[in-house]
Amino acid sequence: MSDEAHTTAASRLTRRLVSGPPFLFLLVFFVLPGLIMVAASFRYPGEFGGLAPLSAGRPGEEAGLTIENYRVFFGDWIYAEIFAKSFGVAALTALICLVMAYPVALAIARSPRQRRDFLTLLVILPFASNFLVRIYAWMIILGPLDLLFSRTAVVIGMVYVHLPFMILPLYTNLEKHDPVLLDAAQDLGAGAWQRFWRVTFPLSLPGIFAGSALVFIPVLGMFAIPEILGGKDDWLVGNLIKESFLGTRDWPFGSMLSIMLTLAVLAVAGFSAWLARRGGGRA
Amino acid sequence: MALLEIRNVTRRYGDLAAVCDVSLDVEQGEFFTLLGPSGCGKTTLLRMIAGFEAPDAGRILLDGKDLAGTPPEQRPVHTVFQSYALFPHMTVAQNIAFPLRMAGRPTEEISRRVGETLELVHLGDKAHQYPHELSGGQKQRVALARGLVNRPRLLLLDEPLGALDAKLREEMQLELIKLQKEVGVTFVFVTHAQAEALALSHRIAVLRDGRVEQMDEPSRIYGFPKNRFVADFIGSINLLDAEVIEAASGHLRLSVAGLGEVIAPHAAAAGAGLRGAFAIRPEQVRISPHTEAPQLKNHFTGRVSSFLYIGDVTTYIVETAGGARIEALLPNSAPGRAQFFETGDAVAVSWRHDAGAWLGE
Ligand SMILES: Nc1ncnc2c1ncn2[C@@H]1O[C@H](COP(=O)(O)OP(=O)(O)OP(=O)(O)O)[C@@H](O)[C@H]1O
Ligand SMILES: [Mg+2]
Repeated sequence: MSDEAHTTAASRLTRRLVSGPPFLFLLVFFVLPGLIMVAASFRYPGEFGGLAPLSAGRPGEEAGLTIENYRVFFGDWIYAEIFAKSFGVAALTALICLVMAYPVALAIARSPRQRRDFLTLLVILPFASNFLVRIYAWMIILGPLDLLFSRTAVVIGMVYVHLPFMILPLYTNLEKHDPVLLDAAQDLGAGAWQRFWRVTFPLSLPGIFAGSALVFIPVLGMFAIPEILGGKDDWLVGNLIKESFLGTRDWPFGSMLSIMLTLAVLAVAGFSAWLARRGGGRA
Repeated sequence: MALLEIRNVTRRYGDLAAVCDVSLDVEQGEFFTLLGPSGCGKTTLLRMIAGFEAPDAGRILLDGKDLAGTPPEQRPVHTVFQSYALFPHMTVAQNIAFPLRMAGRPTEEISRRVGETLELVHLGDKAHQYPHELSGGQKQRVALARGLVNRPRLLLLDEPLGALDAKLREEMQLELIKLQKEVGVTFVFVTHAQAEALALSHRIAVLRDGRVEQMDEPSRIYGFPKNRFVADFIGSINLLDAEVIEAASGHLRLSVAGLGEVIAPHAAAAGAGLRGAFAIRPEQVRISPHTEAPQLKNHFTGRVSSFLYIGDVTTYIVETAGGARIEALLPNSAPGRAQFFETGDAVAVSWRHDAGAWLGE
């Protein structure tokens, strides 16, 4: 009895020691900055950009908090449009990545065990060369094809950059599938397509969700690809935010955009989780 | 015509013949068991029947039709895998419905038959649970139900009880027998547990290194093992080196190592001068105090060297004067009597002249 109590106390202590530092890290570098950003989004920009000092408001106006940034956001359709466009590009990118990554991940997962690590290495090999160099390389490819500075070019670039983020979680999931399940399905009368559709695919849903999130969310924040490969119509939320901070140096407005983006992503995530649960998909 | 005919089937992996020139027939409605030690080729044979492996030589016929070239999904043969292989993302009901769906049955028929089969395996209340919410025995039942629901011509079971504990195993054995009788589906059952094979089967094929050593009814396999391997593998048995002195019409005279002359039943293969083994089951050996007058022809004195109290019986190991070790079984049916002899007691072992058997090399 006392022995048991002792172990639980010890394990509780271990748990705290182990989970403590990451928890603290998240608190200091994620939660606090998030809160600061929320606060910043309700303030004025400083005279020379950045944030107005707490004591003063816009030159000649009263100090304190304002909902001006949000009023601007909701007052002009252009922002909603850019958001919608960004989510469209992100969804399309995730979808294309999924379609392209699935056969690759499946092929790696079903290749002989000793070859899998090598194939995985090939997937992440592009990361070894500089991101910008690779995007500029696409300019050279897409230029002669007359695709440069178009939405298509942006999506191609996005897919190219994010493909590994879809392949890896899918592979990690598919590799864990017990091959005897496919034998069982075949034994019970399932042809090749049914085996995929009724066994492999539903079991890979967690991998699909993970990969989609890993592609979808970074695409929303990506500004380099639209800037290099896209036309003037192809600005996404990422460009808008980057421009607010680095171009016009309107930090409060940039903060507001970031927060709206976070809320929108959470809404999408919540919606897909609800869809998944309703569809009976068990992650 | 037998339901399943296996004709001279061989399957090689590199130099190793996992299954070697196996021929056997399984009759309609039979509970047929493939019994043998680990690695003897049971699973390989089963996978060839199911269609996952192709024989290198020989033919497999079902209802007289050669199965070669028919993929597993088109064979009217279902398998219960040792690991159950339940689909983790489907409920119990969905798992059981799977073969019916693949066969394209109408929805009402599917739900009716899933319901019936759930009742058959006593899982009516578990229809909407997922496999990870079930106990080992319950998973086992779901796997059985899934294999039976579409009434295959043949159900293959690869050590289906291997993962269960002893008590549950016994329960499931009784249920398997009952189930097979109820549904009338032919079973080909694989196990390396000889007691299980004896309890369940109509007929048993004993395999060793990919070959069939003996194929017969359980009582004949147990009572009349064909050779040393089968005798040793099935149940416990006393095996002593022996040479035939005289092969008379009704009986054999043997010279058995550590015993001397033994009278044994006649064996067709026996001829004077042949070497082999004398085999006798412990329950056929009578153990008595050494003071008792000999009543049987085969009568040898010795001392109890050890004994094992098992509960219902006690097994005595008797060392004879000549140095042979004979196992004898004594039932503990007399109340309060756990044991009749002590280690070191002088005793006699004896058996009838028509008990035991001479086995050729
Ligand atoms: N795919 C394979 N490649 C190479 N050798 C194999 C393969 N499958 C089986 N073997 C070999 O064939 C022999 C028979 O194997 P099998 O699995 O049929 O045995 P088993 O009787 O089912 O044994 P167990 O009781 O342990 O399941 C073994 O020696 C095994 O090593
Ligand atoms: Mg096996």
